[in-house]
Amino acid sequence: MNWRSIWAIAQKDLKEVRQNKAAWGPAIIVPLIFAILMPILFTVLPQVIPVEDVERELGDMDVMLEAMPPALLALFDGLGLEQMFVLYMAGFMLAPLFLIMPLMFSTVVGSDSFVGERERKTMEALLYAPISDLELFLGKVLAAVIPAIGLSWITYLVYIIVVNVASYPLFGRIWFPLAPWWPMMFWLTPALAVLGISATVLISSRVKTFMEAYQMSASLVVLVLALVVGQVTGVLFLGVGTVLLIGSLVWLVDALLIYLSVSRFNRTSLIANL
Amino acid sequence: MTAIVEVNGLERVFGANRAVDGMTFHVQPGEVFGLLGPNGAGKTTTVRLLNGILPPSGGSARVFGLDPASDGQRVRQQTGVLTETPALYERLSAYENLAFFATLTGIPEAALNGRVLEMLAFFGLEDRAKDKVETYSKGMKQRLALARALIHKPPLLFLDEPTSGLDPEAAQHVNALIADLSHQNGQTILLATHNLLEAQRLCDRVAVMNKGRILAMGSLKELSRKLWPVTWVDITFWQVPAENATGSLKTLRGVKQVTGQSVAWQVQVEGEEVIPQVVQHLAAQGASILKVNPRDYTLEDIYFALQAGEK
Ligand SMILES: Nc1ncnc2c1ncn2[C@@H]1O[C@H](COP(=O)(O)OP(=O)(O)O)[C@@H](O)[C@H]1O
Ligand SMILES: [Mg+2]
Repeated sequence: MNWRSIWAIAQKDLKEVRQNKAAWGPAIIVPLIFAILMPILFTVLPQVIPVEDVERELGDMDVMLEAMPPALLALFDGLGLEQMFVLYMAGFMLAPLFLIMPLMFSTVVGSDSFVGERERKTMEALLYAPISDLELFLGKVLAAVIPAIGLSWITYLVYIIVVNVASYPLFGRIWFPLAPWWPMMFWLTPALAVLGISATVLISSRVKTFMEAYQMSASLVVLVLALVVGQVTGVLFLGVGTVLLIGSLVWLVDALLIYLSVSRFNRTSLIANL
Repeated sequence: MTAIVEVNGLERVFGANRAVDGMTFHVQPGEVFGLLGPNGAGKTTTVRLLNGILPPSGGSARVFGLDPASDGQRVRQQTGVLTETPALYERLSAYENLAFFATLTGIPEAALNGRVLEMLAFFGLEDRAKDKVETYSKGMKQRLALARALIHKPPLLFLDEPTSGLDPEAAQHVNALIADLSHQNGQTILLATHNLLEAQRLCDRVAVMNKGRILAMGSLKELSRKLWPVTWVDITFWQVPAENATGSLKTLRGVKQVTGQSVAWQVQVEGEEVIPQVVQHLAAQGASILKVNPRDYTLEDIYFALQAGEK
């Protein structure tokens, strides 16, 4: 295994994707909304709007909390109404939205590097290079996974800072991140980044253009939206155990998809698809 | 001298399509060997088979004694390929393109910059090295692709249609560079082309192919001798020979036929070595000769004769 070649491929792909504005344009806007706009909205609003109005708008807080498991419910003990609202929104409701990021980043870069390479007709020269199929595969996977995880972590960090700063007047202490966010950041997020890229590799052999690949793999986001719905309707709350469990399931699916994509990613099938 | 490329009965089928259908040829060190054939003849497929990026359906191939199908990576370490389309990273600069492939071919970090600059200079691209490739002309792109194929100084170079799509001037520039590589560096080259003139100008030997099969193989001279065992010589006189010269010329060994009248004759001989005797004989008969012109067959003549024979 020649890591210098693998790394060179990853760097080359990243250099290329940086030039593809259609790829990273939306990928930059989404985290800005998640990490800055939404937490400010949900933490500052209850501080400026009178409590009664919040209550009228959202219905009774108790109703929303009813479905929550007791362990998480304990967090709300002894809090005022505004504090409860902020904790509920910033700590729980917004959480699954962040899971869109690793998926989105890795499918964007993956689409550009796996499908874009073919679309721009540069794949053939690469196939003639003295590298193995696996090295080529790993280089391209790293090109997608490393920035996907890195950018997601940066977004989390910004979110943590923004939430604490914006809600400081209300809480008077640093209260975020809550426990479930740790496995979300370090267990589920990497798993989703790998899910994004391995699904993209499998899709890439069936589509012709970067845009098609991007759109198809973006439909994975539906998975994440299911978590959002689950939480809003009270079916599924992202506690520590739940996040660990979901993360493990995703890693299992990853293992299967990676196995499939490695076995299909070889020169013979790549050349047939040129 | 052992051959660098040894191909024996090589086959590759795509469904019912026999793209390469039992090809046999050898390429010697220092040789420029041409695969000449129309579109779809199987040239690109052959290049792919010999570099191990496509497995054969039958027969055998050895490149530097290695089987490309099982040892592709070691074969590719010693080959450079100019693909049919330049396949360059248009969004990157010439320097970045070359540095990337230099890394993949294992050129050590310390030598990398020097090698890239050397190639850019050799191919006349150093002034534009930092510009994105998308701003290059077609000719510059082709030279850059050639530089990429040669970045690791491979002992065997594959050129797949090196001048297709170039304007005549750029094509000539690229061909001159290829000729330089062959004459000055003794570069072994396997050239795939449908361009007869290009093959004629650059190749020591050609394999004329169609539908995956080799129709004939050899140097231009060998091929024309095989197809036309006799040579026609056009002779123009300043002053015609004596009356009976036609008859006595026919009795000369190696002369098969004499036609023509007054100052323009056509003489058919068995080989070029007979021509001096013909000239001597006519001079002895009092002729004064203005021009002796043995008809050369071009690859084009050969090519069309072979393709006609195929039908
Ligand atoms: N990957 C492939 N799948 C199916 N058919 C192919 C493939 N590659 C080449 N062919 C067919 O093989 C034949 C030879 O093609 P090719 O080697 O590209 O010819 P050339 O380079 O001489 O123009 C053609 O009929 C072509 O359609
Ligand atoms: Mg071809």
